[in-house]
Amino acid sequence: MRKSGGEILIDSLLKEGVDTIFGYPGGAVLPIYDALYESNIRHILTRHEQGAAHAADGYARASGRPGVCLATSGPGATNLVTGIANAYMDSVSLVAFTGQVATSVLGKDSFQEADITGITMPITKHSYLIRDTRDIARVVKEAFYIATTGRPGPVLVDIPKDISGARVVYENPGPVNLRGYRPEQLPSSRRLKEAADLMVAAKRPVIYAGGGVVSSGAYRELRHLAELILAPVTTTLMGLGCFPGDHPLSLGMLGMHGSKYANYAICECDLLIALGVRFDDRVTGKIAEFAPKAKIIHLDIDAAEMGKNVRVNVPLVGDIKEVINLLVSNLKAKLPGAWQEQIGQWKKEFPVYYEENGHLKPQQVIQEIYNVTKGEAIITTEVGQHQMWTTQYYNFTRPRSFISSGGLGTMGFGLPAAIGAQVACPEAVVFNIAGDGSIQMNIQELATAVNYNLPVKIAIINNGYLGMVRQWQEFFYNRRYSYTELINPDFVKLAEAYGAVGIRVTEPKEVTGALKKAMAVKKSVVIDFVVEREENVLPMVPPGEALGKMLG
Amino acid sequence: MRHTLTVLVANSPGVLYRVVGLFSRRGFNIDSLAVGQTENVNVSRMTIVVEGDALVLEQVTKQLRKLIDVIKVSNITAEEFVARELVLAKVTANPTQRGEIMQIADIFRARIVDLGRRTLTLECTGDEAKIKAFEESLRPYGIKELVRTGKIALLRGSKYTNVNNIKEEAM
Repeated sequence: MRKSGGEILIDSLLKEGVDTIFGYPGGAVLPIYDALYESNIRHILTRHEQGAAHAADGYARASGRPGVCLATSGPGATNLVTGIANAYMDSVSLVAFTGQVATSVLGKDSFQEADITGITMPITKHSYLIRDTRDIARVVKEAFYIATTGRPGPVLVDIPKDISGARVVYENPGPVNLRGYRPEQLPSSRRLKEAADLMVAAKRPVIYAGGGVVSSGAYRELRHLAELILAPVTTTLMGLGCFPGDHPLSLGMLGMHGSKYANYAICECDLLIALGVRFDDRVTGKIAEFAPKAKIIHLDIDAAEMGKNVRVNVPLVGDIKEVINLLVSNLKAKLPGAWQEQIGQWKKEFPVYYEENGHLKPQQVIQEIYNVTKGEAIITTEVGQHQMWTTQYYNFTRPRSFISSGGLGTMGFGLPAAIGAQVACPEAVVFNIAGDGSIQMNIQELATAVNYNLPVKIAIINNGYLGMVRQWQEFFYNRRYSYTELINPDFVKLAEAYGAVGIRVTEPKEVTGALKKAMAVKKSVVIDFVVEREENVLPMVPPGEALGKMLG
Repeated sequence: MRHTLTVLVANSPGVLYRVVGLFSRRGFNIDSLAVGQTENVNVSRMTIVVEGDALVLEQVTKQLRKLIDVIKVSNITAEEFVARELVLAKVTANPTQRGEIMQIADIFRARIVDLGRRTLTLECTGDEAKIKAFEESLRPYGIKELVRTGKIALLRGSKYTNVNNIKEEAM
C-alpha cells in the first residue's frame, strides 16, 4: 500500500508510542499536518515554536517518555533552537521534526530555508536530513532510539516538503543498526571493587546526585546506597527530588546557591560519590578547591564526563541503577559516627532562612505554595532568583516533580514546560513559579494553556527587576542597576485578556487564600505576587570562589 | 604533544562537518586532517593529528566516540605505524635551473609531474620531516604554489584497525 511521507511519519510515531506532539504548522510541513489531521495523535498548537520545544521538553521530564515537537522550515525551525539547546544541556529525550524546503530548491537560499541540521549540530545528540521518503520509517526509529538510550538528548529530523509529500510503498524498517552507537556499558569488576573498597574505608562520605539518577530511574537504589553507608546526599538542581528532601540524610542542593551544610559537607568529605552529574561550574565553584580532601568516584553513563572537569579516582561508566545494584552487594551497613553528628551540627547551625519584616517576601510565597500543594505538585520554574528560592523553600520529595532549565538557564522555559507537564500528567497540580522578567519571554503560551483547558497555575514573583542580574549588580557592580528595572504590564488584566484567572497579592496574609483560590478553580490562573523588590538569594558562593566561602 | 588518531566513520553526509565542528567548539587544535573512503564504500577513514596533553586527548577521543557516525577511534601515537604525506609543489624553474631542481628531486625521490615554460611541478611523498626538508630545499627557487594532503597513517605489521576488529593480529 502506498503512503505519503507524512502518513509514514505519523504511523512511525504511533509505533514509538507517541500520543502528543507540540507544534506549529507552516508551508513546509503541510503534508505532515495533513496526515496529522485525522490521526490518533494529539497535537497541541503552541503560540510560538520555542513554546513547542519547551513544552515537549516539559512533557518528557514529567513523564519520562520522549517529547516530540514539530515546526516548519526556516524561522519555524530556528525558533526551536533554544528549546533544543535547553534539552541538550539537561539531557532530555526530545525528538524535533522540522519541515524543509523541497530537495529541488534546497541549498538555493529558498523562501523559508535554513540549514537547521547545520545550525543544531552542536546542540543535538544526532540529526538527520531525510532525502528519500523510504528512509522516514527507519530514521524515526533510529531517532527515538538515540534520543532515549544512553545519555538522553535531543535528535532533530529535517524533512523536505517533497519527501513528506511523495507517496511510496511503505516498508517496515528492520531493527536499529548503528555501528557507531553502543549505549550499554558496564564498569569492569576491578573498578567496581575499587569503588566498593573506597566506600567501605570512607569515614566522611557524601553522595552528590544529579539528573542522571532521574534518567536512570535509580531512586530506590540511591536511597538504599545512602542508607547502607550512611552517606548524606546532596543533589544538583537537575537532581532535586531524586532523593527525598525530607529524608534525614538529605542535604538539599549544593553549589552557588546551595545550602551551607551541603557545601561544607563537600569541603570536608573524604569520599565524594558523584552519581549522574557533570561537575558544572555552578556546582563546583572554584574547581581547584572543590572537595579538596576527597577521593572521587564518578558514576555516569557518558564516558566523556569522566575527567572532563575534575580528576576522578574511580570512573564508573554505566547505567546508575545497574551499577549501584552491583556495588551494594560488596557493601555492609555502617553505623552512625562523628561524621553524621557533624552534619547534624551544621544543619542546626546553618539552616536555610530568611528574615520576615511584615512585607511580602518571595521565600514566603514559595513556602506557602509548598504548604498548599502539600509538596505534591509538579513545579516548573523560569530562570533567576525565583528559581533559586524554589530550590531552597520547596522541599522536593518525588522525582520528576521539579522541572527547571539547569544547564542552559533559559528564561521563558517554565510556562511552556508547565503546559507540557500538565498534558503529560492531567491529574497533577502543576505550578509554574516565574519571575516578572522570565514570564514575559513566553507569555503567549498562556493562550495555549487556556485553549486546551490546562489548569496550570502561574505564580509570578514580581519584584519589578531582572532580580538575579540586579543582585549581581548590587554585589559586584557597585549597585549600578544597568537596565535591570522592568516596567511591567498589569499581569492580572493580562491574564484576564487571555481568558485565564488573574489574582494580585501584595500582603503576606493574602498568600494562602490566593493560592487556595487558585487551586480551587479548574482553569489557568496567574497570581501576581508583588514582593519586596531588593530581596537577595542567599547563601551565595561568589563566582570563582570555593564552595566554603559563602556570602549570607 | 602531537597525537595521531585514526578514526573510522560512517560515510554519511555531514560527517566531516560533525567531526570538525566538534574540534572547533571544544577548542581542540587540529594539526592536520586527511579523509577518504576505505576498502568498505560505507566507511571513511580520517587521520587526524591533534595537539594537546593527555587530558585533552582523552576528551577528544571520548567526544569523538559520542558522535553517532563515528565507528572507531584509535590513538596510534604510541604504536608502530607508517605515516605519509603527499605534497605537490610548483616552483620557478628557468631552463638553467632545471638540472639543479631535478637533482633535488632525485635526492628526495620526488617526481616531476608537470613542466611549464618557467615552472616545474614536483610530487613528493614521505613523513613530515622529509616533506619539510623538501619544501625548504625548493624555497630558494621560488615556490609558486604548494599543496599538502595532510598525514595519513596505518599501523605497521599485521595489526589493523577496521570496522569489525580493532588492533587485532591478522594472523
